[in-house]
Amino acid sequence: MTQVVKAQRHPRDRLLRSERLPHIWCPGCGIGIVMAAYADAIEASGIPPEKHVCISGIGCTGRVSGYMHLDSFHTTHGRAIAFATGLSLVRPDLEVTVISGDGDICTIGGNHLIHAARRNVDINVIMVNNFNYGMTGGQHGGTTPLGAKTYTSPYGNFENPFNIPYLVAAAGASFVARWTTLHVRQLINAIKRMMSVEGFAFIEVISPCPPTFGEFNNFPEALDMMEYFRKHSVVDHNADLSKIDIRLQGEPLVVGNFVDRRRPSYQELIQETIRRASGRGEGI
Amino acid sequence: MGALALKILREPINLALFRRPLGQVYIIPERCKECGFCWSFCPMDVLERSDQFNPNGYRYPRVKPGKENDCINCKMCSLICPELAIYTVEVS
Repeated sequence: MTQVVKAQRHPRDRLLRSERLPHIWCPGCGIGIVMAAYADAIEASGIPPEKHVCISGIGCTGRVSGYMHLDSFHTTHGRAIAFATGLSLVRPDLEVTVISGDGDICTIGGNHLIHAARRNVDINVIMVNNFNYGMTGGQHGGTTPLGAKTYTSPYGNFENPFNIPYLVAAAGASFVARWTTLHVRQLINAIKRMMSVEGFAFIEVISPCPPTFGEFNNFPEALDMMEYFRKHSVVDHNADLSKIDIRLQGEPLVVGNFVDRRRPSYQELIQETIRRASGRGEGI
Repeated sequence: MGALALKILREPINLALFRRPLGQVYIIPERCKECGFCWSFCPMDVLERSDQFNPNGYRYPRVKPGKENDCINCKMCSLICPELAIYTVEVS
């Protein structure tokens, strides 16, 4: 090898609409990493790409469905999980994955998240958490850490944020994980695992957001936030979920595959009820 | 039994059986946005910012002078690149 060689196509482009690249995300944004990890996991999952559906809501991360070379659906704000629930009920043979941001899934669509986890609907949810509403200019939301500065909280955020893995695990999800955009190999394995899970599978991916969140919070460049992940991440699969809040103040950032359990999924319970209801003289 | 286990555990690796892979770096300059992840997180410290600009005004990476044979094809740059602008291929 002497120097870099210039190329026209990337080997990981196979499941992307490469004619639309370069994408619109800011330099250093982690959504591209998550999108490529999702594409890699689809290839490694053993399920043909025709059986995968990518659903996203509104926001920066909502653009993922436009870049994936899959059947995809760009839904209304906060309702991605609601659309995915409907699709997975009508077409149980499809592998439905929701990729959206924290503002979309957790803050505006928070109730859909909780109730999909409670019902254990057989869908996968990848939530890219950048701690603010990035596309609309950096307003604070339900995941903004306490004390963090944003455009709408210039003196520091005074609202307690969600501890999302704790919330989703308590609501009853089958699989709950948290990784950062630095843990790409672990993220690919976790996405691959959640495609084989029966029931609600949820991954929170912590991502840098340099222009609208990092700028005010001592992470002016995406690299500063990635360095923060490198220094403070602690992999603990058996962590106490009640203690894994993110404050971005130098405390350990606990990541791992926290929950992986077998619970009857919504689809299985519906099928069982249908069997019972349509049976001869038994059940309902 | 303990001595036997110790003996097995401490058997040295035969380095002659292992080959250090050599990687070739490919980039797609038009996609680069100069985020700096590739040259910051390359475990072998092979990459650096070049002085060449792409059409959008970003300086894409190049191989450091003197590090031409240091890439081990670990694929870290490809995984960490948010733009899918860099990858490596093993040279046989």
